[in-house]
Amino acid sequence: MSTPTEYKTVEHDVLVIGAGGAGLRAAIEAAAQGANVGLVCKSLLGKAHTVMAEGGMAAAMGNVDDRDNWRVHFADTLRGGQYLNNWRMAELHAKEAPERVKELEGWGALFDRTADGRILQRNFGGHRYPRLAHVGDRTGLELIRTLQDHGVHQGLDVHMEVTVLTLLKDGDRIAGALAYDRERGRFRVFKAKAVVMATGGIGRAYKITSNSWEYTGDGHALSYHAGAALQDMEFIQFHPTGMIWPPSVRGILVTEGVRGEGGVLKNRDGKRFMFDNIPDNYKAQTSDTPEEGWRYTQGDKDARRPPELLTRDHVARMIVNEVRGGRGSPHGGVFLDIAWIKEKLPNAEEHIKRKLPSMYHQFMQLAGIDITKEPMEIGPTTHYIMGGVRVDGDTQMSTVPGLFACGECAAGLHGANRLGGNSLSDLIVFGKRAGEHAAKFAKSNGTVSIDSAAVDAAARRALAPFDRAASAEGPYQVQEALQETMQDNVGIVRAQAEMDVALQALGSLKDRADKAGVKGNREYNPGWHTALDLDNLLTVSEAITRCAIERKESRGGHFREDYPDKDPAFATFNFVVAKGKDGSMELSREPIPPMPEHLAAVIEEMK
Amino acid sequence: MSSPMPTAGAKGQDAFTAAQAAQDASAKHATRSFKIWRGEAGKGDFVEYKQDVVEGMVVLDAVHEIAATQANDLAVRWNCKAGKCGSCSAEINGMPKLMCMTRLSDLDADKPVTIEPMRAFPHMRDLVTDVSWNFEVKKKIQKFTPRPPDAPDGTWRMQQTDVDRVQEFRKCIECFLCQDVCHVLRDHHKHEEFIGPRFLVYAAALEMHPLDTADRVPELRKEHGIGLCNITKCCTKVCPEHITITDNAIIPLKERVVDEFFDPIGKLVKIYSRRKKANG
Ligand SMILES: Cc1cc2nc3c(=O)[nH]c(=O)nc-3n(C[C@H](O)[C@H](O)[C@H](O)COP(=O)(O)OP(=O)(O)OC[C@H]3O[C@@H](n4cnc5c(N)ncnc54)[C@H](O)[C@@H]3O)c2cc1C
Ligand code: SF4
Ligand code: SF4
Ligand code: FES
Repeated sequence: MSTPTEYKTVEHDVLVIGAGGAGLRAAIEAAAQGANVGLVCKSLLGKAHTVMAEGGMAAAMGNVDDRDNWRVHFADTLRGGQYLNNWRMAELHAKEAPERVKELEGWGALFDRTADGRILQRNFGGHRYPRLAHVGDRTGLELIRTLQDHGVHQGLDVHMEVTVLTLLKDGDRIAGALAYDRERGRFRVFKAKAVVMATGGIGRAYKITSNSWEYTGDGHALSYHAGAALQDMEFIQFHPTGMIWPPSVRGILVTEGVRGEGGVLKNRDGKRFMFDNIPDNYKAQTSDTPEEGWRYTQGDKDARRPPELLTRDHVARMIVNEVRGGRGSPHGGVFLDIAWIKEKLPNAEEHIKRKLPSMYHQFMQLAGIDITKEPMEIGPTTHYIMGGVRVDGDTQMSTVPGLFACGECAAGLHGANRLGGNSLSDLIVFGKRAGEHAAKFAKSNGTVSIDSAAVDAAARRALAPFDRAASAEGPYQVQEALQETMQDNVGIVRAQAEMDVALQALGSLKDRADKAGVKGNREYNPGWHTALDLDNLLTVSEAITRCAIERKESRGGHFREDYPDKDPAFATFNFVVAKGKDGSMELSREPIPPMPEHLAAVIEEMK
Repeated sequence: MSSPMPTAGAKGQDAFTAAQAAQDASAKHATRSFKIWRGEAGKGDFVEYKQDVVEGMVVLDAVHEIAATQANDLAVRWNCKAGKCGSCSAEINGMPKLMCMTRLSDLDADKPVTIEPMRAFPHMRDLVTDVSWNFEVKKKIQKFTPRPPDAPDGTWRMQQTDVDRVQEFRKCIECFLCQDVCHVLRDHHKHEEFIGPRFLVYAAALEMHPLDTADRVPELRKEHGIGLCNITKCCTKVCPEHITITDNAIIPLKERVVDEFFDPIGKLVKIYSRRKKANG
C-alpha cells in the first residue's frame, strides 16, 4: 500500500493554492490576465476560512464620515501595527481597498446601505472613522460567495478537496506542487510557471482558537521548506472575545461588532475595567466617560471611541489581567454585555437581533444564552497570525522566484498587530496584485520541468504513516500535545523559561510525529490527513517560538512578562527565518527601510 | 507603558490557564451511545460507539472524540464548527442537520444518537457524500449582470429596503440540507431536470437583485424545472439559516413564470419595468 503509484500531472500557467478570499481574488485576476489558472483547496469551494469573517472589510470610502481617506487609514494601520509594517503594503492597501470593495458590488455583493443608498460602514477597533463595509455579521460569507460565483464563470480550473504536500522547484525557481486528493488519496502533480500561496493561518497550533481545521500553517511551512523567508512569526493576534462556556465551544469567535454596536466589558463586580488603563498613544482618541463612548457607537461624530474598541492586543491583555486578579466571571473570562443597551434604546431587543443575528443564534444554540437579555461570558482566543511569507510590497513575490503569497499567509501589512477589518481588505487588494504579477511572471518566463526524484521522495514520505499502522500512538494525540504546548508556553503572555520549555517539547514532538501511525486506507481518511498536517504545525510552531524568544520586548500581539515594555531598539527591523544549508532554522534581523517623505509626513500629520 | 502587565501567577500554569482548567474539571460528564454509518460507496452499516461526552457538546464534538480515540479513519467533512460554512451536514436521528449546531442535550439521552450521511447524494465514505452535482448545477444558472453604474464613480445607489429580501437569500451557507430533504431529488432522483431548492434560492437572489438585468425565467421553467416543486415546504423547515425558501423565493419565482408565459400583458409590463430598471 505504501508504494507511490504513478502520478496524474496537471499543467497550469498559474497555480493558486487556497480558495479563500485571497486565493479566489488572485485566481480571478490571473485568469483576467489571460493565464491558464488552477485553483486548489483542502475543502469544498466556498467553505474556506474567509466564510467565517463577521465584522466587515476596511476601506476608506468615507461614505459615513467624509473626513475619512486613505491617509487616515494608512496612519491607523501603522499605529495599530506599531510601525513594524511594510509601509509600502500599508500604503497600497489604504489606497486600493475602496476600489476593490466597490468592484465587488459590480460582481453582485450586497452590502448594508446608508440612508442615501451607498455602502454602509461601521466602527471597529483602531479605525478612526466608521470604515468597515459589511453585511450584518456575515461579511466573509458575502465576500467568498461573490468571488466564488464570479470566479466560476471565469474559466478557473478548480480542484476541490485537494491538499498540497510540498512545493516543487526547478533550480531556484518554483515549478509546481505535489498534492493528493482527499477523496481517494491519489497523488497529483501540478506543473506551473508561477504559484500563489493563499493558505491562510496557523490557529490549529493552539488549543483555544477561532480557526478551522484547515489552519495548520501549510502555506507558511511549505514556502519555508521551498526556501522562502518568513517574517514576523512572533506576532499572533489573540482576539479578546471568544466563547468560553460550555467547554466544547471554547474559542469560537464573538465578533468585535458586538462592541461596535455598544457592547461593554465588565468584570465580576460589574465594573467596566477598560477605563482603568488607556495607552498613551490612544488617549486623545478615546472617550473618558461611558456616556461619550455610547454616543460614539451611535454615530456621534464629536464623540471619541469607548475603550472597549482599543486594539485587540490591549483588550485581550486587560481581560487576562482581570481573570488573573481574581475578578473574572464564573467560567474564567469576563462579561460582554450588549443587553444593557435597553436602557438607551426602546426597541433594543429587535435592534440587537437585526444588527448581530449570527451572534444571537450562536449563543442561543450553543450556550443557551439570550444575548438580548443576559451578558455573554468571553475570553481571548487565538485568531490571526500577522507573520507569514516575506513578500515584495508591490508584486507579492516571495524570496523564491515565481512563488507569490497573499492573504493571511503573507506578512507585512499588519506589522505587530492587525486591525479588525484589515484582513478582508488585505485579501482583495493583495490577492489581485499577486494574481496579476503571477500571471506576468508566467508570461515572461519559460516552461519548467518537474524533478521526479523529488516527487517520489515526497510521496513516499507522505505514505510512511501507514507503514507504522501498528504504532502505539496516532496523530491526534501528537496534535493535541502540540496544541497544549503552544497554548501554555507561547500564548498571550510569554516568558523566556516557558518558551525554552516549548522549544524542547517541540523537538520531542517531532520525534513522536515521526513515529505516529495511521490505520485504514487512503480514501477520505482524516487520521492520515492529520498526520500529514503535523509537519506543517511543527514547522510554524518552531518559527513562532524562536522569533518570540528573540524579541525581548513587548509590542503588539507579542507580550513578554519578562520584558513588559516596548524597546525602541526593536522598532527598526523585522525578524526573518529561513531554512539554513544544514536544514536548521536560521533567524536574522532585516532592517525596515526608511519611509519615504510623503508617507512620513502623513504619519506626522495624523499623530 | 502601553499595556498593563498581567499580574504573575504560579509558573507553568498561571491563574488564567488555571481558571480555564478548573472549568473543564467542573463540567458534567456522561456516557452516550452513538450509531454511526460506516462504509463505502453506499454499502455499509451502523457501528455503535460508546463515548464519554461533556456538557454542552454538539454532535460534531462527539464524532471527533470517537475519531480521535476509537476510529482514526472515520470520514467526516467539517470546517468551521460554528455553523458558518455548511460542511458538516448529516442526518441525525433521521433529521437533516448541521452536526456542529446540534447539541447532544437536545437529543433523547436514552436512545443511541444515529448519524448518517445525506441520502440524496452519492455516498463516498462513512459520513461523506459526493456533493459535486451542486457545483455543476450552479454553473448553469445565468450569471449576475448588473445595469450600468448609477454614479460617475462607478457605484450604484440602493436602498436598504430594496436589498433586504435578497440579503435573506444570500445568507445561504450551501449546506445542501434543503436539497437532501426535497423529495424531487431524494425520492424521485430528478437531478437532471430539477435544480433543487438551494438553486431556486440562488436564482431568486439574482432575479430580485436590484441591479440585475438578466432574465432567467425561461430557463427556470424549462431546464431548471421549477414546475416540479409542489411546495411541500420541507426545504424551508430544515434550513439552518432560516431562509423562507418556499414563500419568499420559490413562490415569487413561480409567479414570474406564470406572468411571463401565460399572461402576455403582464409580460409586457415586466419588460417595460425591466427597461426602466436598467435606465433608472
Ligand atoms: C471567526 C473569524 C472572524 C473573522 N472576522 C474578520 C472580519 O470581520 N474582518 C476581517 O478583516 N477579518 C476577519 N477575520 C480574519 C479573516 O477572516 C482571515 O484572515 C481571512 O479570511 C483569511 O483569508 P485567506 O484567503 O488568507 O485564507 P482562507 O480563507 O483561510 O483560505 C485558505 C485556503 O487555503 C486552502 N489551503 C490551506 N492549506 C492548503 C493546502 N495544503 N493545500 C491546498 N489548499 C490549502 C484552504 O482549503 C482554503 O481554501 C476573521 C477570522 C475568523 C477566524
Ligand atoms: S417545497 Fe419544493 S423545493 Fe422545497 S422540498 Fe418541497 S418540493 Fe422540494
Ligand atoms: S437554502 Fe438553507 S438549507 Fe438550503 S443550502 Fe442554503 S442554507 Fe442550506
Ligand atoms: S462545520 Fe461549518 S457548518 Fe458545521
